Amino acid sequence: MSIVHSETIPLVSEPDMVVVRRRVREVSSQVGLSLVDQTKLVTAASELARNTLIYGGGGTMQLESLNGPRTGVRLIFVDKGPGIPDVNLALRDGYTTGTGLGLGLGGSKRLVNEFEIQSKVGEGTRVAVTRWK
Amino acid sequence: MEKIPILRMGDFLLVTIQVDMHDRLAMTLQEDLTTRISETAARGVLIDISSLEIVDSFIGRMLGNIAAMSRVLDAQTVVVGMQPAVAITLVELGMSLPGVRTALNVDAGMRLLKESLNGHRAEQHVHRP
Repeated sequence: MSIVHSETIPLVSEPDMVVVRRRVREVSSQVGLSLVDQTKLVTAASELARNTLIYGGGGTMQLESLNGPRTGVRLIFVDKGPGIPDVNLALRDGYTTGTGLGLGLGGSKRLVNEFEIQSKVGEGTRVAVTRWK
Repeated sequence: MEKIPILRMGDFLLVTIQVDMHDRLAMTLQEDLTTRISETAARGVLIDISSLEIVDSFIGRMLGNIAAMSRVLDAQTVVVGMQPAVAITLVELGMSLPGVRTALNVDAGMRLLKESLNGHRAEQHVHRP
């Protein structure tokens, strides 16, 4: 697998989410994801970017387009926030420590083909998702 | 400050969302609409989301809140024009917008609002001989 393109988008304030959604849409369209798959990935990106911003206290999103043998788009969200004590609980629909609906993590997992989360209390959280063509 | 315009047409308020909404803009719209319903005694709200390329859980919740708040203020809300890809994604995300009335397009949405308004008037008539 080779990374054809990679860029890092900062996530420090709310308008950054608009940039994230726009760039994920553009790159997904460039690699040839279907309209439904583009929409799923952009929606997952929006949910995860909000998590990074609100729960992680800000961070970054790395956006990669992948090629060979499979074509796809990978997004990696990284924050140095408080971390998630119980990842399985956080993935459950309806669970939230904030004021949201608790659909962000679990919901975005359903919208992508690969979902990987690493979190350490006191150190931060890294979520990597991939949508294949 | 950036705002989404709210148009008044008779008993109804019309909103067309044409920009990628960040969270604060969505919150502002929710507050503005509630204020306008109360000011104008509007009986219906039509929200056209045909330009929206995604509806995530935040925007979904906003639509649900607007529907609930307008109901409390005696107005109906209809959300129209959702793109098929958005509908598929929204359901997979886990949101089926309970309590939000939807219609395929603006025409169908207006019809729905008018019907419910006429139905409401007929009902009032029956109850007050």
